[in-house]
Amino acid sequence: MSKIRDAFSNNKKAFIPFITAGDPDMDTTSELVIRMAEAGADIIEIGIPFSDPVSEGPAIQKADIRALAGGASVDAIFRMVGKVRKSCDVPLALMTYMNPVFVYGSASFINNCGKAGVNAVIVPDLPYEEKGELLPFCLGNNVDLISMIAPTSSQRIRMIAREAMGFLYCVSSMGVTGVRSEIGGTVSEMVRTAREVSNIPCSVGFGISTPEQAAVIGSFADGIIVGSAIVGIIERYGRDCVPHVADYVRMMKKAISFP
Amino acid sequence: MSKGLFGPFGGQYIPETLMNAVIELEEAYLRLKDDPEFVSALEKLLAEYAGRPSLLYYAEKMAKDLGGAKIYLKREDLNHTGSHKINNVLGQALLAKHMGKKRLIAETGAGQHGVAVATAAAYMDMECEIFMGEEDTVRQALNVYRMELLGARVNSVTSGTRTLKDAVNATLVEWTKRVVDTHYVLGSVMGPHPFPTIVRDFQSIIGKEAKKQILEKEGRLPDVVMACVGGGSNAMGLFYDFIKDKSVRLIGCEAAGQGIDTDKNAATMANGTVGIFHGMKSYFCQDRSGQIAPVYSISAGLDYPGIGPEHSWLRDTGRAEYVPVTDSEAVEAFEYLSRIEGIIPAIESAHAVAHAMKTAPEMSREEIIIINLSGRGDKDVAAIARYKGVDIHE
Repeated sequence: MSKIRDAFSNNKKAFIPFITAGDPDMDTTSELVIRMAEAGADIIEIGIPFSDPVSEGPAIQKADIRALAGGASVDAIFRMVGKVRKSCDVPLALMTYMNPVFVYGSASFINNCGKAGVNAVIVPDLPYEEKGELLPFCLGNNVDLISMIAPTSSQRIRMIAREAMGFLYCVSSMGVTGVRSEIGGTVSEMVRTAREVSNIPCSVGFGISTPEQAAVIGSFADGIIVGSAIVGIIERYGRDCVPHVADYVRMMKKAISFP
Repeated sequence: MSKGLFGPFGGQYIPETLMNAVIELEEAYLRLKDDPEFVSALEKLLAEYAGRPSLLYYAEKMAKDLGGAKIYLKREDLNHTGSHKINNVLGQALLAKHMGKKRLIAETGAGQHGVAVATAAAYMDMECEIFMGEEDTVRQALNVYRMELLGARVNSVTSGTRTLKDAVNATLVEWTKRVVDTHYVLGSVMGPHPFPTIVRDFQSIIGKEAKKQILEKEGRLPDVVMACVGGGSNAMGLFYDFIKDKSVRLIGCEAAGQGIDTDKNAATMANGTVGIFHGMKSYFCQDRSGQIAPVYSISAGLDYPGIGPEHSWLRDTGRAEYVPVTDSEAVEAFEYLSRIEGIIPAIESAHAVAHAMKTAPEMSREEIIIINLSGRGDKDVAAIARYKGVDIHE
């Protein structure tokens, strides 16, 4: 059983926060990972910054620019994860685009994920048809390659869900990441369709920011992914962001901890 | 399974949100490309609306002046809207109409593709939105107004380097937001499958006509065909029908900006490495950690950090050659062609003219070069004047 999948055991609803590595610096990132885990984060998604993050809204784009300006490199991120792993065993997923991985070397990248203690990778511009780029290495290193489904996936949902690893990342709405006031109703149908063919845990992301939204989505999904709202707190408080982010994580975790 | 491969290049590296859209597009294209009704509708549009076939013009004065090979210009600048872009746009717009789409969106660099898309949208009664880097809206202000005149909304893109790369990012994002009724008219032989194939097919009319025309005029194939390359659509359009004719050298002229040894160029083949970006595996200008480089060229249409995947394959197999041409060489060619032939080329196309100026004198008088004159230079006049330090009121 994968460590990612363990996070959903006993019907527990997982809270999955996202932060960009190196925003505002790598020490703050490792501190954030440790404190978010203590505050109740079940899996933590760490973004590797990219010059052209086409799936991201303004909040995470700005975080990528801040992180790149601070010199965040893939190797520095692996070192940071290795350091965190000495005191913290929260399941970790690295999220990035295909180019930084390909240029690093797909095999070395996934090998180093395994060595550093990364449990999963999420690559939004690597759809089902192209997953051969990473999957063979993932299988050999016990790293889950997370699959995504979107509101436009329709008949592709079953095909993707059947082969999904770790959890299924359900993109709640069209467009890019970012805080939204309304989350479309189709996401519950997407989750239902996936469950017809697989018992893979379904986590919903894109647009979630409030405890109310989390509670509604937590009523039918297995996990909640929140990125832009947290990255916004980091932007606001800079190096002093850790306690504020921890408070937010506690609040969101409570919202999906159903009796 | 990976699709749309040219050797190891190409593929479909896009978010899941867009996968059904590209699958639907591929299915529609395969269904319609040989459909007699679709083919004749497109042929009619190309002939009666775009003004095809374009001329193959013998640039006799230029050839005599350079003192070498015979030089022919494939006059894509004479097409409706002033460039080769209309060939692909009419094809894709017709395809989109058949697919029931109501809205066209597109990226543009120099504005030539945007103008062509705005034109097709006006003609076919479709809604139109164009995404253009803020810097390009300044250096190609005339084209922004042309697009607005044609009824399109032009969005100025302020992220990243504010040029073509960022316009592509913004258009991809817009497509993920609204995909059901919208077709993304990609302007070059790049992006995810099936775009590199579709755009190449629609542009291949350039090479087919050129081959027929040169056989009529000279009774033999040319020795060299050359074209400028950014994403590579006019070059692929000219090259494609000549790929199997091994005696014909295919030369792509890329933007070396202030020089390939400076940090201000867009010479993907000279300086790039293999990467995965904008939906495709191909060559890209990037740093050692895979961050896409901020590229530069005087020509907004060539100011792009990547190149279409089929070009990468033509280069790696040795079938085509790619050479860098600097800003100053292109500007010199821009002025040279204007004076010697009375033809003002687009600054993009001037990159190919510049390379011909270097190679023609080294060739014999029996040899033949065809240059793709992919666009006309009216749009560039103000920018070239600024480059030369001439103060003109637009």
